[in-house]
Amino acid sequence: MRFLSILEPLTRPLLLLLVTAIDGILKPIQQRIGVNKMGYFFVLPNLLIFGIFVLFPMLLNFYYAMTGGTKLFPADRPFVGLDNFATLFDCENFSQPNSCQEDLFWRGIFNTIQFVIFQVSGIVLFSLITALVLNRNIVARGFFRSVFFYPVLLSPVVVALIWKWILQHEGVLNAILEIFGGESMRWLLDTNWAMFWVVFVSVWALMGFYTLILLAGLQSIPPELYEASSIDGANTWQDFRFVTMPLLMPTMFVVLVLSLIRAVQMFDQIFVLTGGGPGTRTQLMVQYIYTTGFSNQIQLFGLSAAASMVLGVSLLILTLLQLRLGNQSSLA
Amino acid sequence: MRKILAVLLVLSLLLADVPGMTQNLVELRIRWYNDGNEGEVLRELLDRFEADNPDISVEIDTVDYRGGILGSLPLDLAAGEGPDIARITDWGGLAEHYLDMSPHLSDPDYWNENFEFFLGASRIGDDETSIAGFQDAFTVTGPYVNRTLFEQAGVDVPSDMTDSVSWEEWAEASRAVAEALEIPYPMAMDRSGHRFAGPAISMGAMYFDDMGHPNVMDDGFHAMSELFVGWHLDGTMHPEMWPLSEGYAGANEEFANAELVFYMSGSWQVRQFSDQIGDAFDWQAVPNPCGPGGCTGMPGGTAIVGIASTDHPAEVARVMEYLSSAEVLSEYLARTLFVPAHAGLRASGVEYDTDLQSAQDSLSVFIGQIAKFEQTAADLQSYPYNFHIFNSTRDRLTQAMVGEMTVDEAIERIQDDVDTALAEEG
Repeated sequence: MRFLSILEPLTRPLLLLLVTAIDGILKPIQQRIGVNKMGYFFVLPNLLIFGIFVLFPMLLNFYYAMTGGTKLFPADRPFVGLDNFATLFDCENFSQPNSCQEDLFWRGIFNTIQFVIFQVSGIVLFSLITALVLNRNIVARGFFRSVFFYPVLLSPVVVALIWKWILQHEGVLNAILEIFGGESMRWLLDTNWAMFWVVFVSVWALMGFYTLILLAGLQSIPPELYEASSIDGANTWQDFRFVTMPLLMPTMFVVLVLSLIRAVQMFDQIFVLTGGGPGTRTQLMVQYIYTTGFSNQIQLFGLSAAASMVLGVSLLILTLLQLRLGNQSSLA
Repeated sequence: MRKILAVLLVLSLLLADVPGMTQNLVELRIRWYNDGNEGEVLRELLDRFEADNPDISVEIDTVDYRGGILGSLPLDLAAGEGPDIARITDWGGLAEHYLDMSPHLSDPDYWNENFEFFLGASRIGDDETSIAGFQDAFTVTGPYVNRTLFEQAGVDVPSDMTDSVSWEEWAEASRAVAEALEIPYPMAMDRSGHRFAGPAISMGAMYFDDMGHPNVMDDGFHAMSELFVGWHLDGTMHPEMWPLSEGYAGANEEFANAELVFYMSGSWQVRQFSDQIGDAFDWQAVPNPCGPGGCTGMPGGTAIVGIASTDHPAEVARVMEYLSSAEVLSEYLARTLFVPAHAGLRASGVEYDTDLQSAQDSLSVFIGQIAKFEQTAADLQSYPYNFHIFNSTRDRLTQAMVGEMTVDEAIERIQDDVDTALAEEG
């Protein structure tokens, strides 16, 4: 503070100079477009960045989805209309991916649905339980908060590699099982276990972040409400049911939306952990988009773009649905 | 004295900025990947080239094979942002991006005489004369065995008893060794449709129909697919490598750690095994197993090609002429322990720079396998769109291994995938 007070005589004229300069630039603009339109002027830089890096790629993706062939540059690609979408949806029986022309796309959809349901439920449930526990006055609370948050700091690739070493046949988990007389298993090779572990690892890696959000939500609930409910004779469950949950709902909703979007976008962690296997058991939609557009020998950018549009639209519908439900519950 | 030094310093800085002094230096970039020590050898060879050619500087951008060569290189080339030179394995697939160096070469006949196989495969359409590069190493797919494990298990190495050992006999012997010594993996094969192709052709797969169109719907391909998928289900083959990987995967580590009895890979591993295993145990390549269609592996190899988007085609050609010269290539092959693709060097032989018996024996075995290639194997390797067949074989058979489809369905899907890809290629 003392240091700052020494600097004050120096900074004040500098600030004044800066403000005058900015004023000199903005004033003529304001005079030209009027005070009411200055808001647009201020959001313009951000809008430009959004336009260049988000809106333009989205439009380009839309264009690619309507073109075919293997050429990269848009001008070299023939227009095929909705053919790519027709290819994706060319199915005799939608519940049987093998009967679809793009069977891997449908496997990706089914795997993604399964993954999202279990992963989002897992994240919401375990983050809530953890946040409730960490919100109590337990021993070494700060330490446990750090422990639960730590995996969030790790790169998804590192997380996947760590768990790969744990789960592989000659890995740590099997070694522990054998010490206790159990039989070693091929955890990632079994089609059912593979999906379980992919969900588990992802919940483990991400729940710290959502726990933190819920913890903040819990701490914003005024303690007076709990005092009042205890005077009314409420037990712990009733506290949770009638005080905590209603007031935590907006935060829960944020957690739900964020975790859902993250789950649908999941790629890197699973790609390193299982490569989408065994077979295509853990191959999600994003991996399908990536392999079709970039990693296969023949790069079908059009088909990949069409699949990404299907994914984007699904995500949009889900988010709108959630927003609607959220609005309804807050109105109720 | 100080003043003189200062003047010299200023002068040197000024001269360094004179356009004429720097504009003559052409910097070329090579996109490269390593199986063994070839990057190191290349650097030394290029250092000598640069010393004799001060107007050219060559930078080697070393990348990993999967991500850098199979993954990003095709995209960079499509975007016109590729390197000047690249080391590749997909000869036909990238052909549209090759630089035709023939106008810049002092002796195009030398290239046609010595690299005929590669040049044939790298020319697409009506092109019959372009010279895009040269094959720096000829590769031969084939199996390695850990002889020490066979000895310890008291099991005879099948190829020591007869020249013609079937795949089933190798599987039985490998299982016997693994069971006797509690070795985790009796057999493994690189996760690659190219590696699978040799055994499939040996079982009678033809890969092409009478019209020359790719076709995998035959008894030979089916027989090897059934055998191969079955071996994954009964634990004969490394059960995790194919089902739990995306793209290419190898079992080098397992073999080097003596956890694997029989490893179907290829000649490019000799240098790596020499360095990694050395004489820690007795390892050796053995002749390709036999079936009703022969005892063939697959030819192949890495090629160094000029890229059409380069701004310096003449300089690229000069570097390539140097690297492909018999003298330089001979040293490169001797030090990297690669099988020569250069016709002259193959005829005269290469004196390999190794005292390791395992390496010398393995190289002799691989060189001996060249005469046993079936015509189908050569045709498949020189087919420009072979990667579609290889990749779909790899991915669809993996799906059959984990029960997502039957072997029959997998083969039908491979055919569909190939047909679709060829239609897209136009």
